[in-house]
Amino acid sequence: MAEGIWFVAEQRDGELRKVSFEVASAARRLADEVGTTVSGVLLGAGVAGEAEKLGAYGADKVFVIEDDALSVYTTDAYSAAIAGVVKENDPAVLILSASVQGKDLSGRLAAKLGVGLAMDCVKFELNADKKLVATRPIYAGKAVAEIIPAGDPQIATARPNVMDLVEPDESKKPEVVSVPFSVDAAELKTKVVEVLKDESGKIELTEADVIVSGGRGMKGPENYKILEDMAEVLGAAVGASRSAVDAGWRPHTDQVGQTGKVVSPNLYIACGISGAIQHLAGMSSSKVIVAVNKDEEAPIFQKADYGIVADLFDAVPVMTEEFKKLLS
Amino acid sequence: MEIVVCLKQVPDTESQIKISGDKKSIETGDIKWVMNPYDEYAVEEALKLKEKFKGSVTVVSAGPARVVEALRTALAMGADKAIHIEVDTVQLDSYGTAELMAAAIKEVPHDLIFTGQRAVDNDQTSTGAALAEFLGIPQLSLITKVDVADDASKVTVQRPVEGQTLVIESSLPALITAQKGLNEPRYASLPGIMKAKRKPMDKKDPGALGVTPSSKSEVVQIIPPPERAAGKIIDGETAEEKAIELVRLLHDEAKLV
Ligand SMILES: Cc1cc2nc3c(=O)[nH]c(=O)nc-3n(C[C@H](O)[C@H](O)[C@H](O)COP(=O)(O)OP(=O)(O)OC[C@H]3O[C@@H](n4cnc5c(N)ncnc54)[C@H](O)[C@@H]3O)c2cc1C
Ligand SMILES: Nc1ncnc2c1ncn2[C@@H]1O[C@H](COP(=O)(O)O)[C@@H](O)[C@H]1O
Repeated sequence: MAEGIWFVAEQRDGELRKVSFEVASAARRLADEVGTTVSGVLLGAGVAGEAEKLGAYGADKVFVIEDDALSVYTTDAYSAAIAGVVKENDPAVLILSASVQGKDLSGRLAAKLGVGLAMDCVKFELNADKKLVATRPIYAGKAVAEIIPAGDPQIATARPNVMDLVEPDESKKPEVVSVPFSVDAAELKTKVVEVLKDESGKIELTEADVIVSGGRGMKGPENYKILEDMAEVLGAAVGASRSAVDAGWRPHTDQVGQTGKVVSPNLYIACGISGAIQHLAGMSSSKVIVAVNKDEEAPIFQKADYGIVADLFDAVPVMTEEFKKLLS
Repeated sequence: MEIVVCLKQVPDTESQIKISGDKKSIETGDIKWVMNPYDEYAVEEALKLKEKFKGSVTVVSAGPARVVEALRTALAMGADKAIHIEVDTVQLDSYGTAELMAAAIKEVPHDLIFTGQRAVDNDQTSTGAALAEFLGIPQLSLITKVDVADDASKVTVQRPVEGQTLVIESSLPALITAQKGLNEPRYASLPGIMKAKRKPMDKKDPGALGVTPSSKSEVVQIIPPPERAAGKIIDGETAEEKAIELVRLLHDEAKLV
């Protein structure tokens, strides 16, 4: 009988990423509903020390797989290694983050294991049969589907930034189990040959707590400086509408919307963005939405929790000053 | 170089989504169908590679009769032939779809396969990975740059992940999922559209492919997104006043800052 709730932790340069604690927390809550255990899987090179930290977020046990071939994520190495421990231990549910890595890994893993997958979920529950019911936005949030992925394990990924963290309990130490990496080198067909770091130290949109976003109302690339200033005060990421991206003002990776990133920060501040359906689709799961637009008819105001009808070039610098006062 | 591109027909992103009475699917009556936007990048990249390496581009779509339109669009852009797997995709998840496409693609030569990174209908973001697994080839997902070696022996791609970009080398055949930023898709020209009418459109049904596709997920229900409570438009004489009041509310009322 498949038993236990599992999660896959994610590390970067040997350090756990926040999404690891999110999936651990989600797994813990599910396990507590039915009184079962939580196990994590952590892969990398020299990461065993990090495994301990997962205990505070609910892991009873952590399987650690270490090898030089695992220092940087590749689909083939990670999916083969995880499929191995999963098959051996037969968990009931496996939760990954819907991060860039988790989306890639979960798709491959589910196919390898011949099981279903619920991608990019915002809520998990167990039904009367203790089966996972995963809630996921579809049509970029224009509707919501409740899905039961089939098979053992049931695999689902959690949208970053959505799952609340459990109150960490530093006194809890997990049992750490070292698993040998035994994947045949001939199976590894891809290799990371270079890692280009983004020097700007930008916060990733999908994981940001606060996003300040600018659209065509910004009038030109040079004006994003005022958003960057506000973002800096707030520790926020800067996003953009497709119009701003297509105009070449901002990089593609900054686009929020149905054909860009789907984001769910605690606070989304839209400046000079009209609120086209494709844009709204990408940000309407934000907890609080603020709109700054000079046109009171702009559709963004229908989604905004707080709106000001104003010229953004007057309002944004004042907001930045006010935020500064509060946060200093 | 032999290239296969998988493309899905999806509701135009302008579409309002209405849920059907049985709460298991959406109403399709008023929907305008288009090629999935990410698949346009996939088609474009395939065409660019063909221009450089010669060979052919085959486009594949699984879906009801209407998806022939999306295939014709790709043929008009310059693809050489199309395979239409006629099936009611409403009942299929990414796993079942990939099983069908794997069966069809096994029969055609393929050095590279492209899919979109996700289809903007069900946002499953996993058909490419499943297809690659079923074909036993590596996958490279969310790719913004593709370089095929001059002797077509391997491919090097760029894959942005949070805050960094991985440069990945892979043997061929491989499957690439296209992300925005990869290229600017071309439009179909008028002569292209005329020519497309004479290009081969091969129809397959799942039976002939020898697969009974298995969906690996059960839809319990589809519901509207949570309503957002009506927001507040902040009053004030000047932009400055409004801005100050806004920040105060974010602090005192929303407790965010
Ligand atoms: C297939 C497809 C996919 C798409 N995907 C996306 C997507 O993923 N993301 C996305 O964002 N869009 C997407 N779009 C585009 C979308 O339809 C809109 O065109 C776009 O979102 C509009 O961007 P905008 O709000 O910046 O510009 P506009 O609609 O031009 O709005 C600019 C706003 O700025 C305001 N403004 C101007 N000056 C000022 C000022 N000084 N102070 C305050 N306010 C000011 C104006 O009142 C206006 O409301 C997509 C479109 C298609 C067809
Ligand atoms: N029915 C289909 N026919 C052809 N290609 C598809 C189909 N479904 C998905 N794909 C491909 O897989 C990609 C990802 O889709 P998805 O996993 O559904 O988000 C799409 O961009 C298409 O390239």
